[in-house]
Amino acid sequence: MTPVGSVDDGTSVTRDGALPDVTYDVTVVGAGVVGCAVARELAARPGLRVALVDASNDVGDGTSKANTAILHTGFDAVPGSLEARLVREGSRLLAAYAADSGIPVEPVGALLVAWDEEQLDALPTLLAKAERNGYDAARIIGPEEVRSREPHLGPGALGALDVPGESVICPWMTVLAYATQAVRAGVDLHLNCRVNTVDAFDGDVRVLGTGRGALRTRWLVNAAGLHADAVDRLLGHDDFTVTPRRGQLIVFDKLARDLVRHILLPVPTALGKGVLVAPTVYGNVLLGPTAEDLDDKSATGSTAEGIATLREKGRAILPELLDEEVTAVYAGLRAATEHDDYRISADPGRRCVTVGGIRSTGLTASLAIAAYVTALLDDAGAGLPEAGDLPPVRMPNLGEAFPRPYQRADLIAADPAYGTVVCHCERVTRGEIRDALAATVPPGSLEGLRRRTRARGGRCQGFHCGAVVRELFERGAELGDR
Amino acid sequence: MVDVLVVGAGPAGLAAAAVLAALGAGEVEVLDREPRAGGTPRHCHHGGFGPLGLEGPGFAERWVRTAERSGAALRTGVTVTDWAGPLTLDTTSPHGLERITARAVVLATGARERPRAARLVPGTRPAGVLTTGELLRAVHVHRQHVGTRAVVVGAESVGFAALDALRLAGVDVAALVTEHPRHQTSPARALDARLRRGVPLLTGATVADILGRGRVSGVRLTHRDGRTAHVPCDTVVFTGDFVPEHELARRGGLLLDPGTKGPATDGAFRTDRRGVFAVGNLLHAVEPARAVAREGAAAGAAVRRYLAEGDWPSASASVPLRVAAPLAWIAPNLVTPDEPLPYGGRFALRTAEFVGRAPLVITQDGRTLHHARLPRPPVPNRPFHIGGDWAARVRADGGPVRIAFG
Repeated sequence: MTPVGSVDDGTSVTRDGALPDVTYDVTVVGAGVVGCAVARELAARPGLRVALVDASNDVGDGTSKANTAILHTGFDAVPGSLEARLVREGSRLLAAYAADSGIPVEPVGALLVAWDEEQLDALPTLLAKAERNGYDAARIIGPEEVRSREPHLGPGALGALDVPGESVICPWMTVLAYATQAVRAGVDLHLNCRVNTVDAFDGDVRVLGTGRGALRTRWLVNAAGLHADAVDRLLGHDDFTVTPRRGQLIVFDKLARDLVRHILLPVPTALGKGVLVAPTVYGNVLLGPTAEDLDDKSATGSTAEGIATLREKGRAILPELLDEEVTAVYAGLRAATEHDDYRISADPGRRCVTVGGIRSTGLTASLAIAAYVTALLDDAGAGLPEAGDLPPVRMPNLGEAFPRPYQRADLIAADPAYGTVVCHCERVTRGEIRDALAATVPPGSLEGLRRRTRARGGRCQGFHCGAVVRELFERGAELGDR
Repeated sequence: MVDVLVVGAGPAGLAAAAVLAALGAGEVEVLDREPRAGGTPRHCHHGGFGPLGLEGPGFAERWVRTAERSGAALRTGVTVTDWAGPLTLDTTSPHGLERITARAVVLATGARERPRAARLVPGTRPAGVLTTGELLRAVHVHRQHVGTRAVVVGAESVGFAALDALRLAGVDVAALVTEHPRHQTSPARALDARLRRGVPLLTGATVADILGRGRVSGVRLTHRDGRTAHVPCDTVVFTGDFVPEHELARRGGLLLDPGTKGPATDGAFRTDRRGVFAVGNLLHAVEPARAVAREGAAAGAAVRRYLAEGDWPSASASVPLRVAAPLAWIAPNLVTPDEPLPYGGRFALRTAEFVGRAPLVITQDGRTLHHARLPRPPVPNRPFHIGGDWAARVRADGGPVRIAFG
């Protein structure tokens, strides 16, 4: 029961320079929620040399940072699909993991609100589907109950499917917890490290050409998300094409939080999926996403049309929401493929596992995907050592449902830096910023610091604290450049 | 327990505290969440704060000294986090958590600019997008590198203050952009920017798209007539568009005015909660610091009167004032009939658009209370003022008072 690996300060997270001159047993390409979860799972195998690489300067910087932050039950998955199974398993695993590691989760439940007869008629089918997916807590409720449970809802709700098991979660802290645990257990995390080429095998080792030079590895896990098809082609496969599906979202200020109690999901119909309104664990309210199929994998900009569409739909769902201040508009790209299901497969000959087509459910399913991928590696002959235990992690709390450092007399008494509020809108203290800068996986940018602490993420967007936070970031980077 | 707790040590809060302490209101405590007292003027390194070109930091320092000399207790680095009772507030500071009850609470939490997100400006989310508030602190306090070439959005006075800060930081300004047909500052200042500094003013234009990843690479502008332009830059400064910093007022459930989005107050700075006053740019984002300090002093006198006499109008005794577009707001926005208007009976108003010489008409239930042309046509993003004689004719049993251009 001894912890695997050791904390390897200073060398295990790199952002620049040449890569270490070692041969990795397994290299995971892509440090999103799936790649980090896989790296964490592999980190539990003692003696295995694992690299986790990403093109970006931070973990979770692609699709994983711009989703709807929901911990799904999997009630609406395609019954019998791999996705349905992994979401169901992953949901339980992640809920337990979040509780252990301090990732904020709020079990607010979801209501799929029917606004017209077609949607109302679709509810029994959805209920039956939930039951086929092994989820039997859902039920259909009438308009009066909908109204009493969501008093600020716009007029016209005809009923809803009540799915009490749906939760909101901090997607960002989930990725960071996986990465932190992996790195502490000995995984080398190499950022700013895009994989450009894959050489043929020399013996059982092949060389990946990266933006930071050669990386030698025996096995490879392709968890490159939006770019999983491109990496797959480097490996000689042509199984799927990722068509980025842009989802624009609007985040409303914390003062809007009292307007909504549940995740308000749209009822999918032939006319397409609507948008959702959901609380976030940070105490904001989310409206979105749009669904736009694009060609450009870098088109993460929001558009006037997208914002206008969301506002129009949001006004019908929760009219008062539109009077509140917006703290962020962002767009994420979901890694949609031409296939209905996840595309997870091993190629023992090429010594790789591809994890493709992980859509918006990837966050929920991540731990189950990681276990599945590891089993595939084992079956493919990677010869992984027996799993040991990982040292537990405890992440800083960003959730408003739990005491934040500025509210904790015990923390402030022990260290007054937790009583020095730097970012006023989000109540982020100097102590939290300092901790983030000194953490196992420190931020590579102010955006990364924002995701780790919420600093500059509130309604003023840095009007008050922007310059101070930048000062702390730059000083922190000087002091402990890792 | 203190006699008066003032939240916010800007000009309004400091002036109110100074007057209260000087009038012998007892224990007067001013809290500010920033490490130093003085409020927004601390970062405004330009004249306009008093005679002989007094600049913001000097002005702030002067009010800090005045408040301290008069006997008010100033505590900085203390954040008021929430209400624990009608006149009780919870705070956080490096010394821990504290719960403070007062006989009267004065909210003077000020205002801020609305950032890019709140303005719903589309595009990517690169670094290099900021507000004037952040810019001034970055340049004057932290001496940070800001960028090399900026686009400034907004042409009210604060936009021109942003130009000065950018020049000091060695940043070229590609353009000043305003959706309005004209700038909204003094002609001399606008002329200086255009002729001496060569900064073009693009009117009738909005930022349609922010471009770049990692760092801003440019903006796409749309003109009212449909033309678009791409302007390369690495910095975008959103200026003006001030809103009250009203979080504490809202958390306390105070009635807000739909126009100002600050607490609804009468001429004696009284909110709808007995013992809770509000003053300064929390009520009208924004008026100049000097006007705000004068108002703070008037509020101090009003609080003193309440502490001595205990009078508070019932909710039904106050009549709301409602503006019609293009008017954006009026402050104060409640009239309590038969009560004096301490602040010289002066009302501040704001228009959202340029309007001509139409008269301002004030009515209650169809009855005209006031009908007069303004001495000068009002300008958006700048306050204009009217006297308060008409307020004496407001009937307590009547409906809301309507204020519109006739």
